[in-house]
Amino acid sequence: MKRLRLGYLPLIDAAPLVVARELGFAAEEGLALELRAFGAWAQVRDMLGAGLVDAAHMLVPMPLGQALGLGPALPAMDLVMFLSHGGQAIAVNRALEARLRDAGHDFAFRDAGAAGRALRAVVAGRLRVGVPFPFSTQLELTSLWLSASGFAPAAVELVTLPPPMMADAMASGEVDAFCVGEPWASVAVERGVAALLLPGTAIWRAPPEKGLVLRRDFAETRPEETGALMRALWRAGRWLDAPEHRGTAAEILSRAEYLDLPPVLAERGLTGRLMIAPAGHMRAAPDFVAFHAGAASFPWKSIAALIAGRIARRHGLPETPAMLAAMRHFRTDLYRQHLRPAGAALPGASARIEGALAEDRVVPAEKGQMILRADGFFDGFSFEPPLPSRN
Amino acid sequence: MQQKLVIVVVEPDPDRARPIAEGLRAAGDHDIRIIAEQSGLARQVTELRPDVVLIDIANPSRDILEELALASGPSERPVAVFVDRSDEPLTRAAIEAGISAYVVDGLRPERIKPILDAAIARFNVFQQMRAELAATRAALEERKVIDRAKAILMSARGINEEAAYALLRKTAMDQGKRMAEIAQQLVMAAGLLGR
Repeated sequence: MKRLRLGYLPLIDAAPLVVARELGFAAEEGLALELRAFGAWAQVRDMLGAGLVDAAHMLVPMPLGQALGLGPALPAMDLVMFLSHGGQAIAVNRALEARLRDAGHDFAFRDAGAAGRALRAVVAGRLRVGVPFPFSTQLELTSLWLSASGFAPAAVELVTLPPPMMADAMASGEVDAFCVGEPWASVAVERGVAALLLPGTAIWRAPPEKGLVLRRDFAETRPEETGALMRALWRAGRWLDAPEHRGTAAEILSRAEYLDLPPVLAERGLTGRLMIAPAGHMRAAPDFVAFHAGAASFPWKSIAALIAGRIARRHGLPETPAMLAAMRHFRTDLYRQHLRPAGAALPGASARIEGALAEDRVVPAEKGQMILRADGFFDGFSFEPPLPSRN
Repeated sequence: MQQKLVIVVVEPDPDRARPIAEGLRAAGDHDIRIIAEQSGLARQVTELRPDVVLIDIANPSRDILEELALASGPSERPVAVFVDRSDEPLTRAAIEAGISAYVVDGLRPERIKPILDAAIARFNVFQQMRAELAATRAALEERKVIDRAKAILMSARGINEEAAYALLRKTAMDQGKRMAEIAQQLVMAAGLLGR
């Protein structure tokens, strides 16, 4: 058995790592996984950079921030597959909840346009929104949604807060709203300080959330272990996307060694049945979090370009070079090489127009056909990457 | 004369913050400030206008400093970049010692290095102590579980302590497991059976 050390943050989307270890998908590939829980995203990145873990569960935009030179001096890092889509929720404090209800908002937890307009109408001053990291899908979702809902950039302040501190920060008035991965939104509802307004998937149908990130030197010089790890996680994701397995996954994930929370909290996000307000209102959000179906794990280079372009604009860097640099860090070549033998459906191209699929669609694959998951944005936004990429 | 550097140490545990501060003072004539209270961290750090910020690598509040490091323009001069980008071995030594450093851009490497070396030495000591403490704690937990398992066996089978211990050890050897694991299983099973 080859021993691999994996870093992760305790969130429901760490499920593929935990399931790969606990249900034997890793062992089938000859791997013994040592899972190390960390407290900060910066720590995950640094431990990977220093070679103190071999691979990491990481926010999809993080390796892009590194690629653009916006992080510490560490060896090159590549994202080899997505581990999950969605899993985030946008929450508002109780005062905003009351104002939204008074103004007639239905808290349907579905329509990002309606929720955005309602919020715009009841917020007078600056809206302070907590996000988990300066390079995060949560930050991208929040800024996309708020700007499309009529919030000027100066009317929004995005504040970085570690997920376990979100509920406290909301209780103390440090933020008015936040966007965070489960179970931390549910924890805040449970504590009576927040109401959930939207799932991330209401803004972008398939927001890539976590990826498997390795150092480039590891991925390129140790292809057997890299491939074995990718296949184990890909199979764990397939197991996780069977709805009947989500309850079991919540049980395993909730154990003291992983999330260390009551299983009912992990279950909400994993089953897409969320309690959206302390008063007990329940909402169903189908596809709240996805791990596998519809080629969810394929690391489209166009997504690297889309997110890197936005990061570059925010930090005053030229956009097109940033996009091109970022695309080289999403390793569709390694994805094809290592997951083809496992039978993964592979798209013909590695970049595409993002936001073009309003519904799941059957498309030609390397072999035969495959289904791609819907990836539309609530406001019809779409994005064309700078260069078509072949590998 | 060189201007004093303002070094901020973010550390909630005073027993840990003190020796770090002493180590830093020994490394040069610097103005050392300690932030223990982590709420409003971004504001506290910005107000102190530090040249260097040191924080435990595992501290979740680090992600807040990341934002500060990115947000600061040259004119604002709070925390700007991470450990000197040109010195990768130093960065790695710091990470391995469990420390992360945020350093104002443009601070000369020869001024940063002694500070980091001193901090790394102190943090290394703490890493070791932490590992030892964790090992001691784990051993203590195991002892407790084994004692409970022994007690359960003694009352269930009417045997003495020595025989109970021997039985646990034999079972562990037969199953190729550690005694603490067998004891844990026994305690859990006994709990389920309501004993």
